[in-house]
Amino acid sequence: MATDTLHHGATSEPHEHHDTTGTKLFGFWVYLMSDLVIFGSLFATYAVLMKGTAAGPTAADIFELPFVLVETFLLLFSSFTFGMGVLAMNAERLGQVKAWLGITFLLGAAFVGMEVYEFQHLIHQGYGPDQSAFLSSFFTLVGTHGLHVTVGLVWILLMLVQLSTKGITPMTRPRILCLSLFWHFLDIVWICVFSFVYLMGVL
Amino acid sequence: MFGKLTLDAIPYHEPIIMIVAAFMAIGGAALLGALTYYRKWGWLWNEWFTSVDHKKLGIMYFVVALVMLLRGFADAIMMRTQLAMAAGGAAGYLPPEHYDQIFTAHGVIMIFFVAMPMVIGLMNLVVPLQIGARDVAFPFLNNLSFWLFAVSAILVNISLVVGEFAKTGWLAYAPLSGIEFSPGVGVDYWIWALQISGIGTTLTGINFFVTILKMRTKGMTLFRMPIFTWTSLCANVLIIASFPILTATIALLTLDRYFGMHFFTNDFGGNMMMYVNLIWAWGHPEVYILILPAFGVFSEVIATFARKRLFGYKTMVWATVAITLLSFIVWLHHFFTMGAGANVNAFFGIMTMIIAIPTGVKVFNWLFTIYRGSLELTSPVLWTLGFIITFTLGGMTGVMLALPAANFVLHNSLFVIAHFHNVIIGGVVFGMMAGLTYWFPKAFGFTLSEKWGKRSFWCWFIGFYVAFMPLYVLSFFGAVRRMQSYANPEWQPWMILAWVGAVIIMMGIACTIIQFWVSIRDRKLNADLTGDPWDGRTLEWSTSSPAPFYNFARLPEVGDIDSFWSQKQRSNEQLDEAPYTDIHMPRNTVAGPVISFFALIMGFALVWHIWWLAAFGALGVVVSFIARVFNEDIDYYVPAAEVARIEREHQKRKTSAPSSAVSDREQTNYVEARA
Repeated sequence: MATDTLHHGATSEPHEHHDTTGTKLFGFWVYLMSDLVIFGSLFATYAVLMKGTAAGPTAADIFELPFVLVETFLLLFSSFTFGMGVLAMNAERLGQVKAWLGITFLLGAAFVGMEVYEFQHLIHQGYGPDQSAFLSSFFTLVGTHGLHVTVGLVWILLMLVQLSTKGITPMTRPRILCLSLFWHFLDIVWICVFSFVYLMGVL
Repeated sequence: MFGKLTLDAIPYHEPIIMIVAAFMAIGGAALLGALTYYRKWGWLWNEWFTSVDHKKLGIMYFVVALVMLLRGFADAIMMRTQLAMAAGGAAGYLPPEHYDQIFTAHGVIMIFFVAMPMVIGLMNLVVPLQIGARDVAFPFLNNLSFWLFAVSAILVNISLVVGEFAKTGWLAYAPLSGIEFSPGVGVDYWIWALQISGIGTTLTGINFFVTILKMRTKGMTLFRMPIFTWTSLCANVLIIASFPILTATIALLTLDRYFGMHFFTNDFGGNMMMYVNLIWAWGHPEVYILILPAFGVFSEVIATFARKRLFGYKTMVWATVAITLLSFIVWLHHFFTMGAGANVNAFFGIMTMIIAIPTGVKVFNWLFTIYRGSLELTSPVLWTLGFIITFTLGGMTGVMLALPAANFVLHNSLFVIAHFHNVIIGGVVFGMMAGLTYWFPKAFGFTLSEKWGKRSFWCWFIGFYVAFMPLYVLSFFGAVRRMQSYANPEWQPWMILAWVGAVIIMMGIACTIIQFWVSIRDRKLNADLTGDPWDGRTLEWSTSSPAPFYNFARLPEVGDIDSFWSQKQRSNEQLDEAPYTDIHMPRNTVAGPVISFFALIMGFALVWHIWWLAAFGALGVVVSFIARVFNEDIDYYVPAAEVARIEREHQKRKTSAPSSAVSDREQTNYVEARA
């Protein structure tokens, strides 16, 4: 899909000496890879510290898989709706783009809301991030992902504003495509969080 | 209201700091006064601070780096003076808590605020010109990167006067840097200065990686790129892959300090050795981020002044790539004493020694380029020859340190200090001085004084050996690093000798300052009217000096390595030039300085736990960034007529140039033909 859209962007700007949409998308890919290194560092940290429970709760004690499974499906489904949004953009259907982005926003917001509830619940029970190294690394890894999703939500809102005021233009199109990459990227990271942190912690 | 910040934060009782602060205040006031008096604020803001021109950003990086070099060197000479005095029970003049801040600040400033901006500054100045591009891929991000770096440098300097700096050593090892053992604000200054500038560096890495891969001119395949561009490409790969680790590590330390978490604490399951592993997983690639571009500079300088194509271009490229990959699997050699076991230590020891092989390949490539060339002993060449000797020596002591068995004895001794100054001064500093001299005319339109450049080189070269050879000797007597005083009076003569070496280096820095002064004074005499003062080989010499803001009136086409050189050999054929066309250029932007200003406020407020101000700063960053993304007026076209006018002026200056340059060139062509 990325290759398709890349060409699409290029042809829309005949006056350019170089393909700016392609350059932007490539640059954003590279940014995502550097962001992946941050997540990689946090996963490694979690792997080192997951046994460092300091006589406090272990992963099996505090994770509730059904709850997290709902979160996971919300995020997975939001990736699907974002994909529909990009397809609508390629078909130049502005109204549909905005509608799909709106649905994506709601799903993402529900995901973040559930995560905040989970964190708040744990802290309330006395299992806050300052209780053990395991909890520190858990809150930080999952929280960093949640923070990224929150940034994605703000970005969706901004794009909804720009789509409404400017429409699908050479300026907004690459931004939607970058945001789409960002959103799917966070989805993949979450699958790793779900399998590596939650599933392996409980099973 | 002001968090931990009170008037007591200003160290009135420290006369040294107060004197330095007074000098800084007087100097700053004089500068600001002069800018106001000569009405230069508008010019500075419109032409420089908001500029997205990579050449101007490169110059600004260098200006900040040179100022910070003075600060970092002041720290160095203070340390050497202290150690020359504090023998046999004498206390010296610096109390331990102050001395600890000085060696920390020296390391942090020299690596992050001198070496890094010089390397990135050179990349900015040179890479787009070498690949025949008109700008970088993301000009606004380039400006933002610079400003994030610049405000971090400001934050470090604020720590001198308000509060304190870290006393932990330049990498702030945990748990010493944790809240339990470092409750003051010093480590917090370290954290926020590095976090803000580190994000800027990551953006630079992405920017130049994309620039080099996507914006090369027609015909410039990867294996036709100049070596400096190749080494920059590899350095940027290292930045992209390693700086996020630094960002994550510092963030974890921040969480430990601000929220009582337990990543690196002694208790509650924390693991302090994880900090050391993480910081060096970034830290070792970092030293190659600094040295690879320096290797690139030497390659350009040696090929230009030996008037020969670089020997073994392809091996040079592959050696660079090999070093890039290997640099990620050697980090553990910084702490063999951790106790990871014989097998782990053996692996990292062997990997470290293997790096010497591609580096050796490079050294032989440079030597064979000189062999049968007609080497002209200009000051960039002197820096290069000094580098080959000094760096080879430093590399050998590095191989000694790579032996785990020897390392258990040498760890934490002055041997380590002598070794890394041996490679950083001999490699990075000499490289940046060579690059500065070599590309200065391209930035400013006139060459630097050779006389003072050579004097600077000899002072640095001799000063380095006098200052650091004694440290190798002292390490065998058992002298350790980060030592504020020592009991054994027999060490003192060596310490005094090292102090003399530092003074000689200081004379070298003075020579550089005089060099700037003299060269600016004589700029008319030393003007580079042709744009090609050294009879260069690569594309940056094909445009005027200083390069026009659009770099190339027509984008050049490349047929082989050193394309500009071979084009000059065919200089008789006058090509039918196509007419000029409109040139698409990015507009200057206030967003970079504004966003970074708010980041500075946020950083300062976080250091002092002034939460409302930190929130204000963070909000400022977000809002000004959003304002930027809603701005559609970000580019414009330079009309073809304007391009034609600028190019006509350049041609006029070129023909007015004295003909000596031309006859020199004919002579050297003859030499090359004969060779």
